[in-house]
Amino acid sequence: MHDKAVFQHRLLPMVLIAPQLIVTLIFFIWPAGQAIYQSLFIEDAFGFSRDFVGLDNFRYLLTDPEYWASVRVTFMFSGLVALSAMALALLLAAMADRVIKGATGYKTLLIWPYAVAPVVAAVIWWLMFNPSIGIVAAFMELFGYRWNHYINGGEAMTVVVIASAWKQISYNFIFFLAGMQAIPRSLIEAAAIDGAGPVRRFWQIVFPLLSPVAFFLLVVNVVYAFFETFGVIHATTLGGPGNATRTLVYKVYEDGFVGLDMGSSAAQSVILMLLVIGLTVLQFKFIEKRVQY
Amino acid sequence: MMTRKLLPLMIGALAATPAMAETEIEFWHAMGGALGEMTEDIVSGFNDSQDAYRVNASYRGNYNDTMTGAIAAFRSGTQPTLVQVYEVGTATMMAAEGAVYPLHELMAAHADGFEPSDYLTSVVGYYADESGNMLSFPYNSSTPVLYYNREAFEAAGLPDRGPRTWEELEAFSEQLMDAGYACGFTTAWQSWIHLENLSARHDVPFATQANGFAGLDTELVFNDELQRHHIAALGEWQEEGIFSYSGRTNEGSSKFYSEECAMYTESSAGYAGVNANADFAFGVSPLPYWEEKIDTPRNTIIGGATLWTLRGHDEAAYAAAAAFLSYLSRPEVQADWHQQSGYLPVTHAAVEKTRDSGFYAENPGTDTAIEQMTATEPTENSRGLRLGNFPQIRAVIDESLESVWNGEASAQDALDRAVERGNAQLRRFEKANER
Amino acid sequence: MVEKRPGLTLLRHLVLIAGILVIGLPIWVALVATTHPSSAFLTDLMPLWFGDQGLGNFTRVLTNEERVLGVEVSASWMLWNSFVMAMVIAVGKIVISMLSAFAIVYFRFPLRRTCFWLIFVTLMLPVEVRILPTYDVVASLGMLNSYAGLTLPLIASATATFLFRQFFLSIPDSLAEAARIDGAGPMKFFRDILLPLSINNIAALFVILFIYGWNQYLWPLLVTTDEDYYTIVMVIKRLMTAGEGNVPWNVIMTTTVLAMLPPVLVVMVMQKFFVRGLVEQEK
Repeated sequence: MHDKAVFQHRLLPMVLIAPQLIVTLIFFIWPAGQAIYQSLFIEDAFGFSRDFVGLDNFRYLLTDPEYWASVRVTFMFSGLVALSAMALALLLAAMADRVIKGATGYKTLLIWPYAVAPVVAAVIWWLMFNPSIGIVAAFMELFGYRWNHYINGGEAMTVVVIASAWKQISYNFIFFLAGMQAIPRSLIEAAAIDGAGPVRRFWQIVFPLLSPVAFFLLVVNVVYAFFETFGVIHATTLGGPGNATRTLVYKVYEDGFVGLDMGSSAAQSVILMLLVIGLTVLQFKFIEKRVQY
Repeated sequence: MMTRKLLPLMIGALAATPAMAETEIEFWHAMGGALGEMTEDIVSGFNDSQDAYRVNASYRGNYNDTMTGAIAAFRSGTQPTLVQVYEVGTATMMAAEGAVYPLHELMAAHADGFEPSDYLTSVVGYYADESGNMLSFPYNSSTPVLYYNREAFEAAGLPDRGPRTWEELEAFSEQLMDAGYACGFTTAWQSWIHLENLSARHDVPFATQANGFAGLDTELVFNDELQRHHIAALGEWQEEGIFSYSGRTNEGSSKFYSEECAMYTESSAGYAGVNANADFAFGVSPLPYWEEKIDTPRNTIIGGATLWTLRGHDEAAYAAAAAFLSYLSRPEVQADWHQQSGYLPVTHAAVEKTRDSGFYAENPGTDTAIEQMTATEPTENSRGLRLGNFPQIRAVIDESLESVWNGEASAQDALDRAVERGNAQLRRFEKANER
Repeated sequence: MVEKRPGLTLLRHLVLIAGILVIGLPIWVALVATTHPSSAFLTDLMPLWFGDQGLGNFTRVLTNEERVLGVEVSASWMLWNSFVMAMVIAVGKIVISMLSAFAIVYFRFPLRRTCFWLIFVTLMLPVEVRILPTYDVVASLGMLNSYAGLTLPLIASATATFLFRQFFLSIPDSLAEAARIDGAGPMKFFRDILLPLSINNIAALFVILFIYGWNQYLWPLLVTTDEDYYTIVMVIKRLMTAGEGNVPWNVIMTTTVLAMLPPVLVVMVMQKFFVRGLVEQEK
């Protein structure tokens, strides 16, 4: 950790850093410790009895097929959100990169969805897919397909993936575009002189140079899909039909706040914390790499 | 904003001037919309009727929000005196002996003339202990009935009445579909209507230990012959278009309003909604039963919510709570609430009063639910359900049933799985609550 | 220069326009829905062209005199709550992050390293993974149903702290040296030199954090049971389930439009800062 440390003062820096530290200790460290502690107990809703059960809550979770179903749902959901949002953003960025006329206009019209809350996006898409009145459902009916996300788990998953990916396209677009514009023109021109067409140039030169950006975006998108899409599920499918869209974060909420099963909810929080730590380490690996780049 | 906050304060200040010793209690409820306004009206009626006590009602979101909010408040010592809890939260409240003040004890200590026999057994039985003592006050209770589109029935050449049995419902549906209707029927609250009430109506247990009333060591048994038969039939009907599943809560009403489905099994409390939204003449009939399974169907069981009194307040507060609950039991208050909201009345006197006023004659179908509830004396199987972690169990059941509707699982497999997973929830609850 | 192909350029424009249309479709649907009565959403296809209600739904939602929202408070009050929440979170995060970055970069004090790591850890604990225990903590501090409860648990920020730290490190040492030689105290240096230099960073961060605060959903849902503290984003879900099976889509869509308007405007107006903020934050 490098620093300047030009000022000599004992008390002042402590005062300066105190607000951040107090908030961190009270609202982050304390609850995290609480989660670890609670995960070792089974407790009734009112807190009258609290039985130490060791790792039983974890054992219960890890042997519960529903928990694993939720793990699978979460990974599939995150993967689909990340890939679809990135693929579309990449396409749009590749198009916008070479457009000279109206470039800022396009950009403005493409980035605003970032500002829309996931739950807001979800509610609108939910209406558009509504089996009785939704425009998308009606469109599919033209082709003889009867859409019903209340019954069909795959269809429910499709709606929540689209709703979640929609706003993320903007984010990815900004990064892909910035990445492309950082690629030296001379490289592309050299390839053009060698007779490579636009498609080949993209795959052979632009795409490989974008791969660090793509990797970074993959992590960001997965983190987004994991943790920030609670509202999407909560406002639309409530994890159903069946358990087709019950993500891990939704399950923590459901078991804790609907089911009042403190022990299980706490144990799930602990598992999620481990997961975030893993993802953060991955992100930092990338940053180190990029620094060398 | 300001007026909203200030006005009650000002009124309160004026009202408080003569009697300085007014006792105030908090009452948290989950009644939004029109029901919320009716509840506020009842509360102000009580506040105006006397000047010793004052109830402050506050809406705390849906049932689940209200219950978790009250429990969290209890853990931090800021609980209300009265809280409305939905029926699936009953076991949780009951198990928390130190947290709740049972209704029969409260009334015995603080109210004159509390007479348990004034209340409808089939309503209060759900919320009574093993020896029949009332534990909480059944504020809003309802039971499933069948709504049907009379115009559609006429167009399809059907008689002007709902199907009595499920067998008949199938035949009616086929005739409706022949007449061009997209589906026969849809439903709200599938677990409540098509498993919990199905079992009660056919006098078959839903869980052991008297449906959980006799002990925490209860086990689910709703994967028996009757339930398998019913769910398998619904599964086939879903495939044939006779049944059209529309979601876990009451989303199905839009299919009924839009005349896509001509029949709809839903709570009797949905009456006001149907009345407001259906552009066609509709009828209300009792929940069908399987003729091949039972000759005389039993009563159905209730859903809805009750008012629980929480511990941790002083005697004056409990006197206030008892006075408020006595007020709620008055025939005129009950009858008004019943007629406006569509919820069941809880006392015999309120039923009589409503009948005498000619309300049932003017609004045909509004007495269907009461008759269905009171036609037979409740048995061990039709008294109610007392299951821990019931919200989770309902979710498990919803998931399993959905897997039948979309053809992924057979009725047998789905119910077996729901029972197995539901039992795991019961064991967790037993473990958390054993002392 | 790479070859020019008019066909290719046309294709590019077409793809971009198609992308904008697809991405914009939900907004079209929402805007159209605000101009219809709720009866337009009962059967058949939802409306795709403007109806005859004009801005009537907006007035009804903003005043909520007829209780169309199913709660006592009006949309204008909830917009205010959202605004307060977004502002407190954005400003609060910026202030405490700047102060702590200043402390870490320009001072040496005991446990400095520990402090740094404690702040770093918050990165790994988004509110979504510590839902229940954080709720318990806030409840036991008596902060349910308060602006403090809504904002404080979200206000610590490792990313903002790192951003400012990074930025302060890039400021030439000579500036601080000069200030010290001039006899200026650290707070004077902070106010007169660091603050003006950071203005662009602050603006960029503000845009991102304002959106972050405005769009919070899970947390307000948990800590508010008193309508007076409802935010506009969280009330939408209540509307979806409030009706007797008859979903008031016109009211819901009017509310969604109101809920997205402020953050979208902030992004559009402050586009430069927004893009910069996004890119900077990830460095």
